[in-house]
Amino acid sequence: MAQAHPVHLKKKKLSMLGQPGDRSFHVVNLTLLTLFMLAVLYPLVYVVACSFSSAYAVITNQVWLWPVEFTLDGYKACLKHHLLMTGYLNSLVYMIFGTLVNIVLLVLAGYPLSRRDLPGKRGFIMFFTFTMFFSGGMIPNYLLVKDLGLLDNRLAMIIPFAFSCYNMIIVRTYFTTNVPEELLEAAQIDGSSDIHFFFRIALPLAKPVIAVMVLFHGIGHWNGYMRALLYLNSSSKYTLQLVLRDILLLSNMTTDMMAQLDDSALEEMQNAMQLIKYAVIVLGSLPVMILYPFVQKYFVKGMMIGSVKG
Amino acid sequence: MQAPTKAPVNAPKRGKAARLWLQVKRRWGLYLLLAIPVAYVFLFNYVPMYGVTIAFKKYKIKQGILGSPWAGLYQFRRFISNAKFLQILVNTLAVSVYSLLAGFPLPILLAIGLSHLVSDKYRKTIQMITYAPHFLSTVVMVGLINQLLNMHTGLLNRIIEAMGGSAVNFLGKAQYFRHVYVWSGVWQGAGYGAIIYISALAGVDPQLHEAAAIDGASMWQRILHIDIPGILPTITIMLILRMGSVMTVGFEKIYLMQNNTNISLSEVIETYVYKQALTASKPDFSYSTAVGLFQNVISLILVLTTNFISTKVSSYGLW
Repeated sequence: MAQAHPVHLKKKKLSMLGQPGDRSFHVVNLTLLTLFMLAVLYPLVYVVACSFSSAYAVITNQVWLWPVEFTLDGYKACLKHHLLMTGYLNSLVYMIFGTLVNIVLLVLAGYPLSRRDLPGKRGFIMFFTFTMFFSGGMIPNYLLVKDLGLLDNRLAMIIPFAFSCYNMIIVRTYFTTNVPEELLEAAQIDGSSDIHFFFRIALPLAKPVIAVMVLFHGIGHWNGYMRALLYLNSSSKYTLQLVLRDILLLSNMTTDMMAQLDDSALEEMQNAMQLIKYAVIVLGSLPVMILYPFVQKYFVKGMMIGSVKG
Repeated sequence: MQAPTKAPVNAPKRGKAARLWLQVKRRWGLYLLLAIPVAYVFLFNYVPMYGVTIAFKKYKIKQGILGSPWAGLYQFRRFISNAKFLQILVNTLAVSVYSLLAGFPLPILLAIGLSHLVSDKYRKTIQMITYAPHFLSTVVMVGLINQLLNMHTGLLNRIIEAMGGSAVNFLGKAQYFRHVYVWSGVWQGAGYGAIIYISALAGVDPQLHEAAAIDGASMWQRILHIDIPGILPTITIMLILRMGSVMTVGFEKIYLMQNNTNISLSEVIETYVYKQALTASKPDFSYSTAVGLFQNVISLILVLTTNFISTKVSSYGLW
């Protein structure tokens, strides 16, 4: 990891030191990359601009890049939705505790399997990796949750199906490469037990990989909707994503949302719906998009750790 | 350092089992840690695998998994002889293969392009922006598609009209479904998908580029003969992983994109499984499980086959 940077810099200089004919390459490269970036960026900017515009401006196609007839009506209407706040809170709770379960499982499996002196290691690894290649599938999983009495229970969003073998292998690799053998030997000579060593030494050393895993799993909990769709019935337990689905895709909007907007004629309501949808898209992605620039490098790091040993 | 020969000479002739037991006893702490994930995975991964047996039964909720009567391959025969079987299979493969063909090469090209960008700052900006859509949730993503591809107010149609074309009903006609599904996926995932190749490219020996540049190789030649071979193992592994999932489309996005006009093209195995068991008026758990198992087994065969071929041909495999 530490060496990657200087190597990269050196390569950069080499790119510049190419043949005279390479200019065309650089021009084409720069143009294509810029076009792709704009193709990704523009729709996002457009959505934000629409969400701050008036319903009339949106429906009459006046918005291109900046808000037209700036207003917060769309957002005000969204906040009137009785389930949106509940959804936010529920999602937050499921995400925190769900991620906790993920991480506990990852380190408890990852650490022992990183130890060379664990008899039967191969067997355990096969036990875990088999889950990568074969699974019960949607219906047997559903029946298990049902038999455990967890249907329409908040615990169903937290406890089941939290083990990811792929990530466990990443964590294990991290332990193998970042907890020096000498440290273990020294601790063993001092008479420290394996459990003691795990909590006192190995776990603190694994903080970076744990941080990456918290992000991976946290975003998975926040953005996923399938589990909630399968296991939850009562709307008071709905996640944010299910609420968003109601508004965005099923167009279920309550009358109190509509009342927020001045005119309540049917046509106006149709127009308002467009605006509300733009605002909901922004509101729904806001937490992740605010955090994203700060945590982006950890995702990249995580992908790199993962790619060391596919 | 001749450790291997040392032990057997002096050690008393204790049984292998006894020595192993001693080692196991010494590592009890590790087993204690492992016990939790092992028990957990047994309950949440292996018990459902046992639950798969209802695919060979006529499952009735009252009788449970054990008590329901066996039915052999009845459920599988039902699926294969179903009028929708071929349609669902073709839909699944079409969407998935199209996604693979459209979505696989772009991240590689993107990574190569980025790695040769002269400005470091601009490279970081592009990366930052193009990774972002990956973090949108599926629900938001499909909402975005609906808004931007709307016939009258959608951004794409407005651009088409501004350039003199006429609006296309992307969402209202089945024939556009696959294109919309696949290219929106490319839009969302290409940037993030490039990360793995960017890190692989960082591992390519810079001396190779140096030597080639001195010998007069052009950028195109350097990409073709240094970069591409350098990341070929990564490409192979990624391809194997993708091939294994050719039978799976992913439930979340396609389910949200389904509507009455596109259902003939958008019904895939996963959505079919879900509907037969959980939204149908007469839930059919055994039948659904059989359909899901059919998919799982083919996927498993695909991973193993592609991996086998890859290890034979290029010696790059998963294990």
